[in-house]
Amino acid sequence: MASESAAVASHNAHAHPGYGEVRHHFESYEQQKDASTIGMWVFLLTEIMFFGGMFMAYFVYRQWYPTAFASASLKTNLWLGAFNTTVLICSSLTMAMAVHSASLGKRLLLVGFLIATLVLGGAFLGVKAYEYHDKWEHHEIPGEHFECEGCADAGHTPLFFALYFGMTGLHASHMIIGFGILVVLIWQAYKGKFSAKWYTPIELFGLYWHFVDVVWIFLFPLLYLIDRSGQGGLH
Amino acid sequence: MITATATEKETKNYLNAEHGLKSWLLTQDHKRIAILYLIAVSVFFMVGGLMAVLIRLELATPAGDLLDSNTYNKVFTMHGVVMIFFFLIPSIPAILGNFLLPLMIGAKDLAFPRINLLSWYVYMLGGLFGVFVLITGGVDTGWTFYTPFSTTYSNGYVVMTAMAAFINGFSSILTGLNFIVTVHRMRAPGLTWFRLPLFVWAHYATSVIMILGTPVIAVTLFLLMLERGLHIGFFDPAYGGDPVLFQHLFWFYSHPAVYIMILPSMGVVSEVISTFCSKKPFGYTFIAFSSLAIAVFGFLVWGHHLYVSSQSAYAGMVFSILSYIVAIPSAVKVFNWAATMYKGNVRLETPMLYALGFIGLFTIGGLTGLFLAAMGLDVHLTDTYFVVAHFHYVMVGGAVMGYLAGLHFWWPKMFGRMYPQAWSKIAAGLTFVGFNLTFFPQFILGYLGMPRRYHVYPPEFQVFNVLSSAGASILGLGFLIPGIYFFWSLKNGEPAGPNPWGATGLEWQTASPPPTENFPITPVVTAEAYDYTEILSANAKEVTHVG
Amino acid sequence: MAGNSKHDEHHIVPVSVYLAVFFTLIALTWVTAWISTVDLGPLNIYVALSIAIFKASLVVLFFMHIKYGTRLTKMIVGAGLFWLALLLFIVMIDIGTRNWIGVPGR
Repeated sequence: MASESAAVASHNAHAHPGYGEVRHHFESYEQQKDASTIGMWVFLLTEIMFFGGMFMAYFVYRQWYPTAFASASLKTNLWLGAFNTTVLICSSLTMAMAVHSASLGKRLLLVGFLIATLVLGGAFLGVKAYEYHDKWEHHEIPGEHFECEGCADAGHTPLFFALYFGMTGLHASHMIIGFGILVVLIWQAYKGKFSAKWYTPIELFGLYWHFVDVVWIFLFPLLYLIDRSGQGGLH
Repeated sequence: MITATATEKETKNYLNAEHGLKSWLLTQDHKRIAILYLIAVSVFFMVGGLMAVLIRLELATPAGDLLDSNTYNKVFTMHGVVMIFFFLIPSIPAILGNFLLPLMIGAKDLAFPRINLLSWYVYMLGGLFGVFVLITGGVDTGWTFYTPFSTTYSNGYVVMTAMAAFINGFSSILTGLNFIVTVHRMRAPGLTWFRLPLFVWAHYATSVIMILGTPVIAVTLFLLMLERGLHIGFFDPAYGGDPVLFQHLFWFYSHPAVYIMILPSMGVVSEVISTFCSKKPFGYTFIAFSSLAIAVFGFLVWGHHLYVSSQSAYAGMVFSILSYIVAIPSAVKVFNWAATMYKGNVRLETPMLYALGFIGLFTIGGLTGLFLAAMGLDVHLTDTYFVVAHFHYVMVGGAVMGYLAGLHFWWPKMFGRMYPQAWSKIAAGLTFVGFNLTFFPQFILGYLGMPRRYHVYPPEFQVFNVLSSAGASILGLGFLIPGIYFFWSLKNGEPAGPNPWGATGLEWQTASPPPTENFPITPVVTAEAYDYTEILSANAKEVTHVG
Repeated sequence: MAGNSKHDEHHIVPVSVYLAVFFTLIALTWVTAWISTVDLGPLNIYVALSIAIFKASLVVLFFMHIKYGTRLTKMIVGAGLFWLALLLFIVMIDIGTRNWIGVPGR
């Protein structure tokens, strides 16, 4: 540990050319960057547990009411779900490419990829909104007017839809927050705030964005795909 | 211990570096943020304490003559919510941890000063919601928010209260995140993991719990709010939902949260005992690792809160065994502290008195916890005053005693002034006596079958309840006196000097109060923690001079 | 500071790797959507989850650079998975054994 020895210890770095600002309490740029990355990962750790509570509720209720869950999940639109998954994976690729461009210091490419990510994220949210609207039309929102037409074990289906809206809603709210941050990052990138030596915000946001993608990768099979075949295939 | 010696600069320190309210509210200095927390947390402690006063006054007589049952429900709920979410959880980490962690590891600040300030604002926002509930009419669910009462039947402001706890959770997550990154990346050169003070180990373990547990309570309260606000049933038996699932999710955080409260106290006690015995803590590595072990095992035992729910009896057995296991690392600590004091030259200064109180009371609290972890016995004791007494022995006898030990220990470092020794020793004594008088009778009451959370009780229980209420007034006095002399000491206390207790540790190498940058030169650590040779030899020289 | 600064020479992942991962992810998305319509009996859910786990691992390893990350970041990810497993598994101890005793109330 502490390989940065007294030589580093005594210098009080502030403005490294091209490195962005090294804040006063850090000894070096590396230490600052390292700290930020670890901080982001620890934050994502809390996110795993945050979504984890809902996943647990899902597993318990699915185990208890497989019929209700299977027939309720038929109400989701498989192809819209698959399309949306594709859109989100595309946005993950553009985000990875944005980080890549940033690491090479290509400003316009970075801006372009960030905008592409923003557009794809927006498309995902748009499809999601359409799906929610569809559920609204069909009274598939738990509450007083809830109904699940043709569902087996319909009495337990509100649990599925409660979890559907809870989980996708929490996921979508993460997307919306990401959307907001992206707008700021695009503006900053356009202004040339980042360089090949310093693009930590882009990198950290990338981690966040990919994490949101990972959550969706699990939500898709759990909410759209389970036991679809056993209930008579496509709809 | 360190090669860089701190130069004494009395004039400029973190307190007088800048002036004005704005310089405090926008500060990014971890020491100033700690003071902000100290003020806010103390206010909440007083609010929670007032609720306790009401409870004890009501229970002085068997009849419900002071509060009606609804009000009583609201009072004990607010007592629990305020004390747990707004006092116990942030108390040591956000005040002492915030102040000391960077000092102890030779850093200028925590890794993310802005996030640190944000955590205080988030805490205050959560507090605002709490105060709003308090003013507008309260909530009667108990601090545990059990469904379906909280979601369907309660008439209180459940969503608001859950929101307060939810928001406050993020403050605790931010603090934990900051501590973890700080310990990993901000240590001074030469300060390896096994040279870290035990206080830092304890806070690292605490942060792990904050990071991994708090999000689960957040999502649980989120589901609760959705269910109550929008009538979507996650836990509603009408749709086949399971209220016990709520309890699982709730206690997945809330049991480890007990260790969020007690681990930092254990860290304080390790420091205090070592200092006032001038000895390296016996079994340093064991104490360090037992903190981590408590953090991990603490996550495996939550089901012992669910023995009398419809949780499977087999799961109950598993949880019972696991609950016994978590006693091991706690016992390791107690034995090691005892071994540290053994044949040591124990100086009974105020912090040490509190630390000794901690050991005794925590041991009683822990051992009665084992009674409750035994499934058969728990059926008899669940929701009786035995449980109330047990967790107050751990939270007040443990966590609060540790907090007071820490506050008395580092007060001279924080403000550069000593408090009056005689008064502080009297206060420590009153706290100990008052505490035991308050809560020991409750063990007996609970064993005799008095249930918790009722405002009336059969007359035969009155003797013990009167004892308890009398003890509470002594305890209240024991808390009041430090409040007064701490205030007094800010202006009138003797100047403390950098190291009034003869302690090791980097925080004692810099001035009291420390300068904004903590250390004039980043210290380089070349020796193990708790190396008292220099301090002892310096003392010996003094003695020969006098002789 | 614990800094062996080797991770600072940040690993630049070649674009070809990103593209390979991307096409695999897309392909698997449509494969898993299609397989869900084929009746495999109880296997359906396992296939769907296995594909999801594989896809998620690709994202974490390559897009999130964990494959090239430090030991600490790998440990953090591991801790997250471990604690999530704890939560799910320990609750299942209860859920799975509740019916063993013939006591009403599940």
